[in-house]
Amino acid sequence: MPYQPVKFYQTGTFTVGNRLLAPDERSVQSSRMRSNSINSGHRACQGCGEALGARYAIDAAMAASDGQLIAVNATGCLEVFSTPYPESSWQVPWIHSLFGNAPAVATGVAAAMKVKGRQEVRVVAQGGDGGTTDIGFGCLSGMFERNDDVLYICYDNEAYMNTGVQRSSATPPAARTATTMPVGPEPGNVFGQGKNVPEIAMAHGIPYVATATVADLRDLEYKVRKAMSMHGARYIQIFVPCPLGFGTASHDTIRIARLARETGMFPVFEAEHGEVTGVLKIRHKVAVEEYLQPQKRFAHLFGKHPHPETVARLQAIADRNIRKYGLLEKESD
Amino acid sequence: MFQVRIHGRGGQGVVTATEMLSVAAFEEGRHAQAFPSFGSERTGAPVVAFCRIDDKEIRLREPIMEPDALIIQDPTLLHQIDVFAGLKTNGYVLINTHHSFEEIGLGDFARGHPPERLCTLAATALGLKHIGRPIPNMPLLAGFAALSGLIRLESVVKAINQKFSGKIAEGNVAAATEAYESVKKEMEERAHA
Amino acid sequence: MLKQTEGSKAVAEAIALCRPEVICAYPISPQTHIVEALGEMVKSGELTPCEFINVESEFAAMSVAIGSSAAGARSYTATASQGLLFMVEAVYNAAGLGLPIVMTVANRAIGAPINIWNDHSDSLSQRDSGWMQLFAETNQEAVDLHIQAFRLAEELSMPVMVCMDGFILTHAFERVDIPSQEQVDSYLPPFDPRQVLDPAEPVSIGAMVGPEAFMEVKYLAHAKQMQALGLIQQLASEFRTTFGRDSGGLVRTYRADDAETMVVAMGSVLGTIKDTVDEMRDEGHKIGVLGITSYRPFPQREVRAALQNCKRFVVLEKSLAVGMGGIAATDVRMAVTGSGLKGFTAIAGLGGRAIPKASLHRLFREVEQEDLAPVTFLDLDRDAVNKQLEREKQTRRSGPIAENILYDKGISSTAKFG
Repeated sequence: MPYQPVKFYQTGTFTVGNRLLAPDERSVQSSRMRSNSINSGHRACQGCGEALGARYAIDAAMAASDGQLIAVNATGCLEVFSTPYPESSWQVPWIHSLFGNAPAVATGVAAAMKVKGRQEVRVVAQGGDGGTTDIGFGCLSGMFERNDDVLYICYDNEAYMNTGVQRSSATPPAARTATTMPVGPEPGNVFGQGKNVPEIAMAHGIPYVATATVADLRDLEYKVRKAMSMHGARYIQIFVPCPLGFGTASHDTIRIARLARETGMFPVFEAEHGEVTGVLKIRHKVAVEEYLQPQKRFAHLFGKHPHPETVARLQAIADRNIRKYGLLEKESD
Repeated sequence: MFQVRIHGRGGQGVVTATEMLSVAAFEEGRHAQAFPSFGSERTGAPVVAFCRIDDKEIRLREPIMEPDALIIQDPTLLHQIDVFAGLKTNGYVLINTHHSFEEIGLGDFARGHPPERLCTLAATALGLKHIGRPIPNMPLLAGFAALSGLIRLESVVKAINQKFSGKIAEGNVAAATEAYESVKKEMEERAHA
Repeated sequence: MLKQTEGSKAVAEAIALCRPEVICAYPISPQTHIVEALGEMVKSGELTPCEFINVESEFAAMSVAIGSSAAGARSYTATASQGLLFMVEAVYNAAGLGLPIVMTVANRAIGAPINIWNDHSDSLSQRDSGWMQLFAETNQEAVDLHIQAFRLAEELSMPVMVCMDGFILTHAFERVDIPSQEQVDSYLPPFDPRQVLDPAEPVSIGAMVGPEAFMEVKYLAHAKQMQALGLIQQLASEFRTTFGRDSGGLVRTYRADDAETMVVAMGSVLGTIKDTVDEMRDEGHKIGVLGITSYRPFPQREVRAALQNCKRFVVLEKSLAVGMGGIAATDVRMAVTGSGLKGFTAIAGLGGRAIPKASLHRLFREVEQEDLAPVTFLDLDRDAVNKQLEREKQTRRSGPIAENILYDKGISSTAKFG
């Protein structure tokens, strides 16, 4: 691939991963030599968390594999906004087959590389939460169970955003989507049992499972790097707010992702062979209202006819996450 | 074309028996086609399998409805299904039992049939004796070779050695050989009687 | 080497000789023996280098094959019936992406009612998927067609299904000549993909295509199948040179020269038909046979040429277009449009119903006399059907149809003992 230095339009220190640090401490994103796997000019919405998350993750995977990477994509926003021929944004070999089969296609690519003795070539599969936790779940579990040499990345924006914000099994309770409207006595999405795919992945005993958010670039890159240092089935679920689906301002994507973590609504941790080995601690616990209120998908919980009891149930979920994963940094620490 | 139908129960090696019969015929340079009745039968359920033998290519794919020979691997089937359906006049019948045709209620049938085409053989006992399992299929196949003269014992032995190895092959060959000799003897005795 | 072996085993040996690099396996009768045998060959090291992957569904089987084929590996899988239907989305996708995957379909009926026996409903349901479909008449032909299929697929960069009758062929022991590795190697060169996922030369495969180019992409799939009409014949003739055997091609006729009545069919039933025709010929009937090997692409010109001198024909097919009649028959009739020929459709052998010579004798005589309905059903039990229709007239809650039919036919256990 010809070398194309990346132009930085961002300013400040946070946005490009502390590029004022010493070179070996810098993030992949801060490097003008990064692969820029998803080139600019794609058609994602302003403030798209998925576009950011995918670029962070794939750039990090490219860096870790020395550019020897093949990416598989499930149908979804990422696939649609990044590709229409002949304007593909992908700077890596990339294949999209179907909505529900990305893990299996990736298995096939990895098998081909193995049989051809090209084990230096690594395989990443990616999909949204719909393609991962719903329609692609069977193939995902099969890939995990066989421990195929694939890193699967789920960009979790908690609904089917591509088709116009319909509920997925990753949609949080009470959230408004096009199929869970804020009407009736219990507005928004139901309080189901949830579907914790990172834990289901852990139950397969695969070498590595992690969650991350687009708000924590260095943590995200560290997890991709760590995943890439291992072989076998690996799973990373990245929380990527969707301004359209969440009903948030496009400049708030990172803030919302950070709040999801700081409230405990999205626990950030990593696990090896089914055991949690690390969590990203919450320094100052934030109440769920702060996370919920800026999002129009939760607007019906506040305002003229508030549902404080629903907010309390959501707070209980966040508290349970904090307890379960030990997310809170203790004073004594 | 010579057509053989084998009736038995799941687990008795009915399908294997027709396959081995086809291999034995192939070893003698003939064309043969073996196929099962394609059920999803479990152990113990009635099973039927077929084998055609000819000197030219066999194209026919219908089930064998008018067999030239019947091998009944389990005599309890006589009360359950019409195993004799379509049997050609004077067709061969070999039944796995230590009883006579008369004793298993087939006296009338036997009397209307040429005796040199009928035989019983205690094949399960032979299986137990030589293989240690109540599998009657190879002794019956060898018995059928003796009864019909359609294939030679050595071809049955060849087929066994292709399919099995070691002790199982040895046991099957021993069972088949004893079965062959026992039927041969019985047929000779009957001819002289 | 000439040997007496099971159809599935023979096909597995043929596949192994084609040096597949990735095989995806999911069990479904009657295809299972093929992948079982291949699995053993890979495990023992007899077939290497090859990745054998036990997947969790047929959908995954085809999806893995899509990934491995796109990454440049020769890829194979096998399925049947419900399995083929379960992978349909990926079946179309493989064709749409132009990936030269070869798949055996051990033809079996589609439920409900669940039925494991042979007919052609599964493959024919995928007639428009973009896959080429070759039908084997014997196990020898199944072996030979697989070897040709890899060449056909890879030269056109389009997938091929080799269809063989479930149980009737897959589970039949008959003599098969398994070619040598040298023969197959000289016929089938290594896979040289037209598109490949490679970090050295990154491409995007499978991106969205809008109205501005979609028609052209689809037309090219059609154009490739039209090219295949020539290529299939060429491959069959090269096959004859290398292997000394006639196998494959588009269509094959039998005793058709002066035939006034022609019987058109696909697959193993052609054998029984030929035996019936021989007997009828001995009695002076002017009857012949047209076997279709290549169902997709459909050889319209060759079918027309084979039928143009007869007076009437019947398409005997193991599939049913519900609400219409025949599936293959529609294609055959299309091929002879304007010829003024009288065509009949006989639906036969659905769900493994035996197709005996005796029934064919009766049917072919009716065709000769042109004394039958345009669409007829061979050996259909009209009484059982009428009884059920009457029951539905009499009772609103008439119950499950399949159970009623079995009850009326005295087959169900409740009928016997209940």
